[in-house]
Amino acid sequence: MSLSHDDVRKIARLARLNVSDAEVAEVADKLSSILGMVGQLQATNTAGVAPMAHPLDAAQRLRPDEVTESDARDAYQANAPQVENGLYLVPRVIE
Amino acid sequence: MSALHQATLAELGDLIARREVSAVELTRHFLDRISALDAQLNSFITVLPERALAQAKAADARLARGEGGPLTGLPIAHKDIFCARDTRTTCASRMLEGFVAPYDATVVQRLDAAGVVTLGKTNMDEFAMGSSNETSFFGPVRNPWDTARVPGGSSGGSAAAVAAGLAPAGTGTDTGGSIRQPAALTGLTGLKPTYGRVSRWGMIAFASSLDQAGTLTRSAEDAALLLAAMAGFDAKDSTSVEAAVPDYAAALNAAPEKLRIGVPKEFFDEGLAPDVASCVREALAEYERAGATLVEIELPNLHLSVPTYYVVAPAEASSNLSRFDGVRFGHRAADPADLLDLYERSRGEGFGAEVKRRILTGTYVLSAGYYDAYYLKAQQVRQLITNDFARAFESVDLIMGPTTPTPAFELGAKTADPVQMYLNDIYTIGVNLAGLPGISVPCGQIDGLPVGLQIVAPHFGEAPLLAAAHRYQQATDWHRRWPAGWA
Repeated sequence: MSLSHDDVRKIARLARLNVSDAEVAEVADKLSSILGMVGQLQATNTAGVAPMAHPLDAAQRLRPDEVTESDARDAYQANAPQVENGLYLVPRVIE
Repeated sequence: MSALHQATLAELGDLIARREVSAVELTRHFLDRISALDAQLNSFITVLPERALAQAKAADARLARGEGGPLTGLPIAHKDIFCARDTRTTCASRMLEGFVAPYDATVVQRLDAAGVVTLGKTNMDEFAMGSSNETSFFGPVRNPWDTARVPGGSSGGSAAAVAAGLAPAGTGTDTGGSIRQPAALTGLTGLKPTYGRVSRWGMIAFASSLDQAGTLTRSAEDAALLLAAMAGFDAKDSTSVEAAVPDYAAALNAAPEKLRIGVPKEFFDEGLAPDVASCVREALAEYERAGATLVEIELPNLHLSVPTYYVVAPAEASSNLSRFDGVRFGHRAADPADLLDLYERSRGEGFGAEVKRRILTGTYVLSAGYYDAYYLKAQQVRQLITNDFARAFESVDLIMGPTTPTPAFELGAKTADPVQMYLNDIYTIGVNLAGLPGISVPCGQIDGLPVGLQIVAPHFGEAPLLAAAHRYQQATDWHRRWPAGWA
């Protein structure tokens, strides 16, 4: 399993994660090595085995649809990089 | 009686109960040691003297009213993955360098309610991704047994702090071995409970089907004390299990005489250092002398646990870490050209190299055209590995083997090759995939470096697990050994 630099750039774009030109060769090399190790799985016979999503085979618990949280906007926005009048600021999205 | 910083939680609790030491005195003792000695280890990211002394004063007042419990006034350190209200919580990442948690993790809240004092937040691998504590944005942690060596990871800060007597105990999290492996490498008792036993609420998520909180302590008895306060159903964690919490302390002395111990031949493969194998065999012989029967068992799919994990865990991580977008909290890149640039550069600058590798691996295995070949396949193999353990537990009470293939290695020895680093967790990862409880207890030393015995129990078997570890610690003193220069 060998990933090209273009493969890495495509995955990085999907992950919304900047990988600089200086990093791309090393990332391609190390991801290829990880995927090579992971490739051992392909030789395993898993015919008829149900995929396991939860160690205890439990179903998602539901709760009554009731309000349980109080307003904590100020507390949460104290951690935001940029806010104004209680709104999160981002670069202009619509010109 | 050993020095205060060498004592177990149980011993310190006795001193407090007899009024021989106050919570404030105890807290000052550990804060002083941290400020005098931690420069050599880098085990804390944030020390919390004001919070700790306020909690200690409150604990002393509570004790004076006769309202204390077994943990009241005892100081511990929290891995910096647990949110603590109004306290910086970084997960050892540049991404969260300035993040101040607006709420308490359930683990923190429950230990606070028990009267525990929080000394500070310990260093770790960034987002708990690592096996050597070398991926932290705040620099590597060093092992007090040999400061040229790693303490293991990802809960390496808690491990180093407890091993050096900077804290009597610490919390950790274990997704693929991140409590048991550092416990083995620093001579501690490291407990990873059953998946769902301890709430994940407020514990920064890495791989949600594997993550579990636990403890790094000097003894199994101390692990039982902390687990009793931490465990139990929490409606805020959707995978928290609604099961009664047994009296772990009472169960410590209830180990059966005729214990059947499964010894997987796969745990003693060619990757295991021969001198580690000797230490573990000697520990097994100790159990035999105490009346246990050793049964050779097979876990035929165990060799697939590392590749399975490195599909499942990165897949879940890539999803969990998508919340770090540079908008609502966390690092934000300067002067973004547009929204995409904001996302990509904030994440590119905020995450370190190992975290990036895992996000990219996870994104790849979940991407269109590869999902069935990687993710679905890994989920199927995960089921096979889990079936192996279930079959083994039909004929044995516990499974035992090594925790790690080697003792602590030198800083930098494995950073060049991620796959070599991942193989450190070869004996621990299967336990996470199957959601089982496991513990590492010190069982010997090689050239002055500790070695760990791993014990695994069926789901919710923490009581017999702790009892078996406690019995071994009654008969041996490996858990009371102390690194030279830290007495």
